[in-house]
Amino acid sequence: MCLAVPMRVIEIPNEGRGVVDLDGIRYEVDLSLTDDVHVGDYVIVHAGFAIEKLDAEEADARLVLFERMADEYRRGLGGEVRLMAPPARFGGPS
Amino acid sequence: MKYIDGFRDRETALFLRNRMTGAAERLAADGRTARVMEVCGSHTMAIARYGVRDLLPPAVDLISGPGCPVCVTDTGYIDAAIELARRGVVVATFGDLMRVPGSRETLARVRAEGAHVPVCYSPAAALEIAKREPENEVVFLAIGFETTVAPVISIVDAARRDGVRNISLLTAFKLVPPALRALLDDPAIRVDAFLCPAHVSAIIGADAYRPFVEDDRVPCVVAGFEPLDILLGIAEIVEQFAAGEARLVNQYSRVVKPEGNRKALNLMKRLLEPVDAAWRGIGVIPGSGLGLRAEVAEFDAAKRFGLVIDAGKTNPACKCGDVLKGVIRPRECPLFGGVCHPDNPIGPCMVSSEGSCAAAFKYSRCA
Repeated sequence: MCLAVPMRVIEIPNEGRGVVDLDGIRYEVDLSLTDDVHVGDYVIVHAGFAIEKLDAEEADARLVLFERMADEYRRGLGGEVRLMAPPARFGGPS
Repeated sequence: MKYIDGFRDRETALFLRNRMTGAAERLAADGRTARVMEVCGSHTMAIARYGVRDLLPPAVDLISGPGCPVCVTDTGYIDAAIELARRGVVVATFGDLMRVPGSRETLARVRAEGAHVPVCYSPAAALEIAKREPENEVVFLAIGFETTVAPVISIVDAARRDGVRNISLLTAFKLVPPALRALLDDPAIRVDAFLCPAHVSAIIGADAYRPFVEDDRVPCVVAGFEPLDILLGIAEIVEQFAAGEARLVNQYSRVVKPEGNRKALNLMKRLLEPVDAAWRGIGVIPGSGLGLRAEVAEFDAAKRFGLVIDAGKTNPACKCGDVLKGVIRPRECPLFGGVCHPDNPIGPCMVSSEGSCAAAFKYSRCA
């Protein structure tokens, strides 16, 4: 019920109203609970209302952090992980 | 989509699993388990959907709290809504409430019998119905935690501005921090840390959890709803717990500010005041709800229609109340998966898209 995802504001037809896009689908949302929203911003939409802006810099920084963690995981395993043939006891050739 | 897909990378998830190993081994060596309560239905659903439990070490026990507003709503509230619908009032509601059993029937059933019960995605849609049908009384079923309270209550302002008089709210708003307090104070429940909700926190702010950290020494981590958000949040909690620390960490700072959404909080303060509220399974928690202030009492459906809301009658075999407190797992309820399943829910936790029982039934074989 509190489901909300980031959607990009693509139009502000009049004060307090916005049109957002999520993966090609457009919704009209109420912007009255948020301050200073501009076209191009990402907002968290819940029940037809933008409840907060997404700070794109913070989100990008977190994504970079996650990419580094993924790199570290790959390095820790000595390169790309390849699936090997299953051991014989699982029915492979013996 | 990068702000969604970017938070679902598998290798980062495996990295985070490995990162928890050291702390978890220390816990296991001491014979300790970290009981981490997630206090939001969307977390519960994401944990089940992405198999987060399967990635966690055995020393970490994730338990679901009362994080779904539909699930914690008393049966008597549904009865009151049904009574209004039967009286010919237009009862507009979020879809989740339609199949929640009242003492005898559901809103879906009375709608099938001809009552006017439109499902709204946004409370603004209820206001549109009221404008379109001035000859009808429209009641919006105003349930929700802080996230939902702000959008719902803003329609009172809009109705006053537009001179709409035929709309009112049947309120059962709930506040998260008083519920956390009640859970911590209950000696029958052991919670070691809270994975704090994402979008409730967007409204109330991360600082709202400070008392639990400072007074109760319970680690609190605000996390988003994506799987990596949740894993990173749990990793933070496990490390704190193993080190004997309790800190407030806001890992969802891309959305949540320390002070929350001032605009939404001011609106709520202006139109609403704290009231005692009944929580299914927990009982009445003082000051844990919000009711309309006297200045906007004309929008109070309970007053307008003279409704008395009692606890209602629940199926005694249904253990939703214990599930909501984290006392039992969904599968420990004798009705789970037998008579009670998503096509025939007996209790709200199996109805709601964010209910613990529905999540366990849909995604998990061993929750």
